[in-house]
Amino acid sequence: MADQTLNAEGLNCPLPIIKAKKALKGMEAGQVLEIRSTDPGSIADFAAFCSQTGNELLSSNTEGNIYLFEIKKS
Amino acid sequence: MADGDFGNAKSMSIIVTKGSLDWAYPPFILGTTAAAMDLDVTMFFTFYGLPLLNKKLDLKMTTLGNPAMKMPMGGMHVAMPNIIAALPGVDRGATTMMKNLFKKKGVASIEELRDAAVESDVRMIACQMTLDLFEMDRKDMIDGIELGGAATYIDVATKSDINLFI
Repeated sequence: MADQTLNAEGLNCPLPIIKAKKALKGMEAGQVLEIRSTDPGSIADFAAFCSQTGNELLSSNTEGNIYLFEIKKS
Repeated sequence: MADGDFGNAKSMSIIVTKGSLDWAYPPFILGTTAAAMDLDVTMFFTFYGLPLLNKKLDLKMTTLGNPAMKMPMGGMHVAMPNIIAALPGVDRGATTMMKNLFKKKGVASIEELRDAAVESDVRMIACQMTLDLFEMDRKDMIDGIELGGAATYIDVATKSDINLFI
């Protein structure tokens, strides 16, 4: 269960990443941020974001036109 | 990596040389994204990129001399012949159309991206020489920027992992 949810639907690159970073900033280490995006590019981008920042990408799923991510703050 | 922790963080610098609506995007997209990925980012604004630091932005674009620019229109992609693009009002129309397209596709405005850059402590340097050359006023520019020259940039570039010229 996520501690916080970010609705990034309708937003295009790089807004989902920037808004996710902003949300993570206000969270505690170990907490989980769920992100809902409609940007197909966010699949590759959240993986890259996590590999670079050290935050853990717990899941990356597609439900229809929605891309769902769970990121655990490091 | 903690915020404001200069030391182990990777770093990127961008020389920003273009100030049209379309060309303002790549540096601000890359700068804000790199900052979100914990890089220390420096943007050096010079020549036509310098007005991007003005408080009031009024960015325009032209289709003139850009055969690769094909706007989606009525299910087709249309390029503007130069002889049409040179007519009065066409640039204004193209600018409005592009801004509407950005909004429709959920692309941030340049103002939004620049605010994000300021918020994420991107270091922004205004080229002093350009300021003098075009008789621009520091007072018209946003807060939190620095003034510097080529040596300032080179110093940053030698310490950066990534250096881009846009």
